[in-house]
Amino acid sequence: MLGLNSRDFKLFAIVVVMTLAAPILLNPFPVDSALGQSFNAGYPALMQRFVIFGLLAIGFNILFGLTGYLSFGHAAFLGVGSYAAVWMFKLLSYNIIPAMILSVVVAGLFSVVIGYVCLRRSGIYFSILTLAFAQMSYALAYSVLSPITNGETGLQVYSDDPQVLMSQGDPIVPHLFGLEMNSSVTWKLGGWEFIFQNGYYLAAVFMIAGFYLSIRIFRSPFGLMLRAIKSNQTRMSYTGMNTKPYMLAAFVISGCYAGLAGGLLSAMDPLTGAERMFWTASGEIVVMAILGGVGTLIGPVLGAGLIKYLENIVSKINDTILHNWFAFMPDWLDNLLVAIIHPFIGKGWHLSLGVLFMAVVIFLPGGLVQGGQKLGGLFRRRAKPAETETDSVVEANSKTPAE
Amino acid sequence: MDAFILQILNGLDKGSAYALIALGLTLIFGTLGVVNFAHGALFMIGAFCAVTMQRILGLSRTVIDETQTDFLGNPMAVQVPYVQDWFGAAAGATIQDWSVPLAFFLTVPVMLLVGWGMERGLIKHFYKRPHADQILVTFGLAIVIGEIIKAFYGANPIQTPMPSAFVGTIDMGRYLGLGEGAVAYPTWRLIYFFFSAIIIAAVFAFLQFTTFGMVVRAGMADRETVGMLGIDIDKRFTLMFGLAAAVAGLAGMMYAPILSPHYNIGMDFLVLSFVVVVVGGMGSLPGAVLAGFLLGIMQSFFSNPAFKGFIVDALRLNDTFTGTVINGLDQIIIYLVAIVILLTRPRGLLGRKGVMEE
Repeated sequence: MLGLNSRDFKLFAIVVVMTLAAPILLNPFPVDSALGQSFNAGYPALMQRFVIFGLLAIGFNILFGLTGYLSFGHAAFLGVGSYAAVWMFKLLSYNIIPAMILSVVVAGLFSVVIGYVCLRRSGIYFSILTLAFAQMSYALAYSVLSPITNGETGLQVYSDDPQVLMSQGDPIVPHLFGLEMNSSVTWKLGGWEFIFQNGYYLAAVFMIAGFYLSIRIFRSPFGLMLRAIKSNQTRMSYTGMNTKPYMLAAFVISGCYAGLAGGLLSAMDPLTGAERMFWTASGEIVVMAILGGVGTLIGPVLGAGLIKYLENIVSKINDTILHNWFAFMPDWLDNLLVAIIHPFIGKGWHLSLGVLFMAVVIFLPGGLVQGGQKLGGLFRRRAKPAETETDSVVEANSKTPAE
Repeated sequence: MDAFILQILNGLDKGSAYALIALGLTLIFGTLGVVNFAHGALFMIGAFCAVTMQRILGLSRTVIDETQTDFLGNPMAVQVPYVQDWFGAAAGATIQDWSVPLAFFLTVPVMLLVGWGMERGLIKHFYKRPHADQILVTFGLAIVIGEIIKAFYGANPIQTPMPSAFVGTIDMGRYLGLGEGAVAYPTWRLIYFFFSAIIIAAVFAFLQFTTFGMVVRAGMADRETVGMLGIDIDKRFTLMFGLAAAVAGLAGMMYAPILSPHYNIGMDFLVLSFVVVVVGGMGSLPGAVLAGFLLGIMQSFFSNPAFKGFIVDALRLNDTFTGTVINGLDQIIIYLVAIVILLTRPRGLLGRKGVMEE
């Protein structure tokens, strides 16, 4: 269906349903309960980040997952997309359609230039070059090009901006033909509260479209060519193939995804700054994709969601909450546990992230998806002890090939 | 002419730091074939060794001094550092004053230990994995080290003063024969330059003139053959990792008075050091040093307003926009140079054929 085989379609359908029902699924606890305040994630600001960073990670995965070229500068495209979108808001109007189009186009052009230079080298050189380009873009945005980017202050829309397409009575927040991004419908049901926000659904639609496109790319001859380049580029050249155009195309597609994600970030909140291009932001994208499972279809989305969720939850937890959780233990144990966990929570979120990331790279190079498959394989083997070892191995292998 | 010399001098201290970090990166890459994204973190650990030494020497006990009173009229509590107890007030104060150079004795063992632990505990398991995995795991390690430092020392830069004897400037004009007061240059930066020159010379001498260094060089050229000759090259490479860590640590330690250490300092230097390594030619030690100094000096030239004014005049660019861009050139000049070098000489300035070309 939709040009997908049945397994891909199932995956796609699950993603669509989960994304559309996220405001309900992510609010499993009543609003006022202690659990709800700590663990509910179904509020718009966070859900927007899930889908936008999911989109970003999907794009990154098209480059790294298929071709094996590790870009350490993807945040540059995110930042460029954000700036382009805010400029459209400033010059035309708050309607997001031109903003989205321009952010994709500008990020695409930008990635043609960067890709052309960086793709002259492979492996480590490529990673270092993309990192250097991203840092250069950061320096450009932060100080050199401050007439365009408004430097340290960050770019935002002022009331005396031209906004030539703006007519009387148009909303003064980003909107889609009058549909305001930040307006929402709240649905109360007993102790539960579900918020359906326009902005979230817009971003979700883009994410779903991006996901669909990525499945199609993964299954296309083009995707196959990229995988061939990953496994042996020299051999591809010997067969008379010029691999450069394919690589560049993958790089630009990936850059366009990042640009769109940047544009969406601006559409949710029409304010952007250079810190979106800093190397930590690029690193975060890499972490997301690795954590979820690079080269798999669903992995990067899972990784992006998990990181944004943990970031939100872990940085909210403090010592008092921990003491409440461990209240049933004897005091000394309670204090000991809190002392051990203390550096990892609240402001120490990045430490937890770093440790988690290292653990995944060391023990689980295939990310969460591989972890899930291993767990699944373990249970299946236990459930059917009669089945021979080789069968389950074959089954596991048939699932792993770089999907 | 004076301004010209001053700009070269200004570039030297930053260039020395780049050269030292790039030297360590190249050593690790050349011996173990690993790109160490945590090398900036090693630089940072070195800087924090200086901070720690300062704190250790500052450890003190509280004494109630009856002869002095505080503003409420109570006897004043005076902090007496232990070093002043042990060595007498004057000698103790001098020792405290010299805390940054003295940190040498803390930095070297700590860095050797950290480097050895990193190689044996983590990097060793990644030789057979793809380069991307090596980059990722060292990148994760850099985050973790940075955050641990942040948890102990806080997120703010920590002032680490240099010995008071080196505060102020030195009149380079007199030594260079340009006349009194022509070129005034901060003393500590000059010391930093000489210090790094000594370290670089020591590393090269160690590799060139000792049997150990000879074996290591042989291992860099052809690891397998050296192994067949019955030499345990892995052990020596581990030591080289420790040495590279110590070089980065010492670079950080001596840089602490110039730039107050904070937990992100390493990554700022690392990105530029990578560019230095790429420009110099991956795997080439002289290339790393040469490119480090060249780029440091170039950056210093482009941060000089007079020089930028000269460019603006020469190109007849008078509108404000290009003016602003030219003014910010020092932020991006290194990257621009790297791009040009890569497009014209893909192997870098002194790169060898066949290194990292698969």
